[in-house]
Amino acid sequence: MTRGLMTLAGGCSLAVALLPTGCSTVAQIGTLAGQTAGVITAEQAESINRTAAAVEKTYQDITPEQEYYIGRSVAATVLASYAPYDEASLNAYLNVLGQTLALYSDKPETFGGYRFLVMATDEVNAFAAPGGLILVSRGLLRCCRSEDALAAVLAHEIGHVQSQHGLKAIKTGRFTSAGMTLVMEAGKNLAGQEMAEVVKVFEGSVTDVASTLMNSGYARALENEADAAAVRILGRAGYRPEALVEVLDVMKARLASDARGFGKTHPTPESRIQHVRGLLGSRAAPAAPPVRQQRFEAAIALAK
Amino acid sequence: MRNRFHILGVALWCAAAARAAEMRVQVQAGQVRGAPSYLGGMVTTVGYGQPVDVVSTQGAWHQVRTADGKSGWMHDSALTAKLISANAGGAAARVGASGDEMALAGKGFNKDVEAQFKASRAGVDFSWVDKMGSMTASTAEIERFVKNGGLAQPGGAQ
Repeated sequence: MTRGLMTLAGGCSLAVALLPTGCSTVAQIGTLAGQTAGVITAEQAESINRTAAAVEKTYQDITPEQEYYIGRSVAATVLASYAPYDEASLNAYLNVLGQTLALYSDKPETFGGYRFLVMATDEVNAFAAPGGLILVSRGLLRCCRSEDALAAVLAHEIGHVQSQHGLKAIKTGRFTSAGMTLVMEAGKNLAGQEMAEVVKVFEGSVTDVASTLMNSGYARALENEADAAAVRILGRAGYRPEALVEVLDVMKARLASDARGFGKTHPTPESRIQHVRGLLGSRAAPAAPPVRQQRFEAAIALAK
Repeated sequence: MRNRFHILGVALWCAAAARAAEMRVQVQAGQVRGAPSYLGGMVTTVGYGQPVDVVSTQGAWHQVRTADGKSGWMHDSALTAKLISANAGGAAARVGASGDEMALAGKGFNKDVEAQFKASRAGVDFSWVDKMGSMTASTAEIERFVKNGGLAQPGGAQ
């Protein structure tokens, strides 16, 4: 949701006033007292202060630029298991559709922007890497009967990106690691051992996100959140939000005989359909001009 | 005497109100548009970490003035009230950033870290990730797509 400038600034200063500053100040006073009393050395105090600061960090402290780099490596990791589908016209159509849809989202701009790519696999699957690199399988494209349905699939993935679900998959323990503390420390030039620590925490973070996407899946609440975002995006764009139910219906039939991909990492289509139905309004989308279906069919023929 | 205080108070209030709020660009190439819409012509782009002055706000769009004096509209998602320290390029990188305000520090996960990650993972190939980077739909393409497909105007002041 859009926040006004004042709310944004107010929220930030309130958060700073309430949490991080308060905690680190207490920690620093403690270490200062310890130093004065000669209980701990300055070096130990520095280390304790650093850890105290690290405890306060969460995925929200990852900068847009860092999110972009995590996303790139997550996408590269996924593409090591799922080959890209090298069909320029199809990928171009997917990008115009996806990048248009993103403009109706709550977060139209990310550090590197939204980009879409088809994966060659027959498996029904899609992945949204942090920052907006979105991969959709040929198997999932074949479940779509209209541009509205394909828009529903992409809008669901955009929903994951705008709510930073990928970053939420990074284990909380990583934020207290020495490497992440270095990442969060301002303006530090890294080399040698420190660089090695940062690379270690980067690899760990990428693995956390990639394995959540490919193996364990998100919690049901996050999938519901992405479905709700999809319904909003479709409605704002002038697509039929019911198209999300239509594509889930097709997936239900497909997944009955092939439980790979989505079948493994997502709640059942039935339960999602039930949730999505509850979100649909009664207002009908404006009638689609024939060209919408024509351009969809021309593009999707390349996925067969 | 009392009146003079009042006048001083009003003058101070006016000065504060007239001073535009500063925000920073939190995307690689922040789009400055001629109108509060993604179909408004592109005036210029502003790099990561660069400051802009917010003159007014209309829904999700901020009317801004860039450091080189250009005026236009930027979407809220491209801006942050936090200070940003950029890794590379950006002249505003790290200027005036200090202490706790450095919530968006730029060092850490960057190109160098990615290179080391790549070197350590056999089979992980970034060539398609790089290709994806260049798969950009132009404003003209999006405008045509929206119009021909009978879609709503995107990203207007909502």
